[in-house]
Amino acid sequence: MPTIQTFPLGGYVVAATFLDGRPVFATGDGRVAIVDGPAAETVPVHDGGLLAAAATWDGKRLATAGDDGKVALIDAAGHVEEVARLPKKWIDTVATGPDGALAWGSGRQAYVRLANGREKVLEHERAVGGLAFAPKGLRLAVARYNGVSLWFPATDAAAATLEWKGSHIGVTFSPDGKYVVTTMQENALHGWTVADGKHMRMSGYPGKVRSMSWSPKGRYLATSGSEAAVCWPFHYKDGPMGRQPLQLGPRAGIVSAVACHPTEEVVAIGYRDGEVAAVRFADGNEAGLRAPGSGGPITALAWDRRGERLAFGGEDGTAGVIDLAG
Amino acid sequence: MSQTSSEAQIPVTVLTGYLGAGKTTLLNRILSENHGKRYAVVVNEFGEIGIDNDLIVESDEEIYEMNNGCVCCTVRGDLIRVVEGLMKRPGGFDGILVETTGLADPAPVAQTFFMDDEVRRRSKLDAVVTVADAKHLLQRLDDAPEAEEQVAFADVVLLNKTDLVSAEQLAAVERRIRDINPHATIHRTERCAIPLDRVLDRGAFDLDRILSLDPEFLEDDHHHHDHDHDHDHHHHDHDHDHHHDHDHHHHHPRHDESVFSVSLRGGELDPNRFFPWIQQLTQLEGPNILRLKGILAFKGDPERYVLQGVHMIIEGNHQREWRPGETHESRLVFIGRKLDEVALRKSFEACMAA
Repeated sequence: MPTIQTFPLGGYVVAATFLDGRPVFATGDGRVAIVDGPAAETVPVHDGGLLAAAATWDGKRLATAGDDGKVALIDAAGHVEEVARLPKKWIDTVATGPDGALAWGSGRQAYVRLANGREKVLEHERAVGGLAFAPKGLRLAVARYNGVSLWFPATDAAAATLEWKGSHIGVTFSPDGKYVVTTMQENALHGWTVADGKHMRMSGYPGKVRSMSWSPKGRYLATSGSEAAVCWPFHYKDGPMGRQPLQLGPRAGIVSAVACHPTEEVVAIGYRDGEVAAVRFADGNEAGLRAPGSGGPITALAWDRRGERLAFGGEDGTAGVIDLAG
Repeated sequence: MSQTSSEAQIPVTVLTGYLGAGKTTLLNRILSENHGKRYAVVVNEFGEIGIDNDLIVESDEEIYEMNNGCVCCTVRGDLIRVVEGLMKRPGGFDGILVETTGLADPAPVAQTFFMDDEVRRRSKLDAVVTVADAKHLLQRLDDAPEAEEQVAFADVVLLNKTDLVSAEQLAAVERRIRDINPHATIHRTERCAIPLDRVLDRGAFDLDRILSLDPEFLEDDHHHHDHDHDHDHHHHDHDHDHHHDHDHHHHHPRHDESVFSVSLRGGELDPNRFFPWIQQLTQLEGPNILRLKGILAFKGDPERYVLQGVHMIIEGNHQREWRPGETHESRLVFIGRKLDEVALRKSFEACMAA
C-alpha cells in the first residue's frame, strides 16, 4: 500500500520536485521547503511572493523566481545562490535548460543565462508568457501574444516565429524536439511541428490548461483543465491530428495538475478537490493515492527519478510525499 | 451567464480618469489612510505614488483580443497574471486597486474579471471609479473619446477640483456626466478628499447590489439626481428643468460618436422573446454598448431578474422574490455610442409578454 507523508507548509505550493532524492517544495510565501526524513525544513528565498520554480536538468537545484525581482538557485542542502535581480520587477516565469542554462521572464523581456555565465536579454513586442528550452541544442521557446518566438540565445540570430492568433501562456517542447505546444488563454492548446510550422489545434477544454507533461519518449502529452487527464497521442506520424485523445481518470471535478511517470505509461493526476490518483494509459486502471475532498486544488506534482515516490502540493498550502512502495 | 463561488473573491476597484484628473492623489489617499486594510495596487508606472507599505505592482497594459471572433472581447493579459501571482502570496488582500493610464479604455480591464475563469474564481470586479477634473472635463469630453468612455463606464465619478470652478460650471459638468451616464454616483471633491467607503467595496457589479446603488432604478423619474455628495447639499435639483422624462435628456449637442444612454421601461417580459433579443443585440451591437444594466420582470416568474453587461458580455440572475404589491416592471439601461433609441425601444416593446 502506498503511504502518504504530509506537511502543512502554509503557503500556496508553486512547484514540487526532488533534489538529490529529497522532496522539495517551493511556496508562494517566498520559501522553499526541503524534506529531511520526517520533517520539512524551510528556507526563505524571496522577500515577497515566489511565483515560479523549475528544477535544473541535473536534478540538483531548483530555480525560483519571485515578485521581489529575484531569480535564485537552491540546492538540497538549502544553499541559496542569487542569479539575478531586477529591482521592482515581477519575475513570473523561469525555465531550465541544458548545461545549467536558465531563462526567466519579466514584462516584455526574456532573460537567458548561458552555461558560461553570460546573460542575454531577448526583447519582445508583447509580454513574455511561458518559456521552455528545447531538449537538445540551446534553443529557447518564448510563448507570447499571437504565437511563439524561437531563439538560439547563444547566437545573435533573430528569433524564428510560430504564429497563431491569441494569447499563448505556457509552452513545452516534445522530448524529441519535433513539436512545440502552447497553452492558451482560450481553454485550448496549440501545437506546431518545428520543422515546417504545421498547426495542431487541440481544444474542447472546459477550463484553462495549466499543467502539461510528456509521457516516456513523448508518446503522449498529458494535460489538465478538463474532467479527466486529456492525453494527446504524439506517436503517430502527424501527431495528434485526427486522433482522439485518451481521457484518463474521469471525475465530476476538474483535473488541476498532471505528471507523467518517468518510465512507465502512467500519469499522476491531481484534482481540484485535492484528490491524487495514478492512472495507466493502456487500460485506464487507477490507483487512488490521496482521497477525494482531501484539500484545496492540487497545484504541483512531481515523480522522483525512479518513479517510486510522488510529491504533491496544493493551493491550500499542504504538501506531501506518496511512497508507492509503501 | 452564471457566477457564484464558494471561495472568497477579492474585490477589485478600477481607477480611471483622464491625465491630470487626480487619480494618483486618490490612490495616495487610499493607501495612506489608516484603514488597517491591505491593498495590492497595480499601476502602469510607479510615478508619484509615495507609499511603499502596500504591495505595488508595475504592469504594462497588455490588451489581448479573445480568439472568439469578437473584436470587443478584449482582456488585460497582464492583469490576469498579476491576479494569479497575488493569489500565491500569503495572507491575502482586502482588495486590489487597478490604476489605468489616462488614455485607457476601461472595457478590457472590466472584461478581464468576467472572461477569465481563474481570475473570476479568485477576485471580483467591485466598481469602476472615474476621477474627473471639474475644470477640464467638458473640454476633454469633446476632444477625447477615452474621457467619455471613462465616464460612461463609471459606477462612481469623483468630480474633483470643484474648488476651481463656479457653481454654474459645476452644474454644467454634472449635467454632462448625467447625459452620458445617468446612473453613476457622483461625488464632488477637492483634492480627492472622500470617505473611502464611498469608493471602495461598492459592489457595483454585484447583481444583488445593482439596485441598492442605483436608487433611480426603483424611484420615479423625478428622483433622477439622487446622487450623494459628501457635502450637505444632496438631493437638491441642480437642473430640475430637463429630466422629467428619463428618456429624453440629451441636452448636449451630440455628435455621432458621443456616448449617451437609453433607458427603457415596460411591464412583464416574455423570456422566450427577451433572451434571444438581448443575446442578438449584444452580439451585433456589442462594440457600441459600453455597459447595460437591467431589472426585469418575466411573466409568471415570482422572482425579479437582474442583468448587467459590458460590450458583448452579459450576465444575469434571479435576485429576489417580488414583494407583495410591488409593480412588476422591467427597466433596462444602455450606455453606449450610436445607439438607435427608436429601434431599441421598439424591439424591447416586442419582448413584452402578451
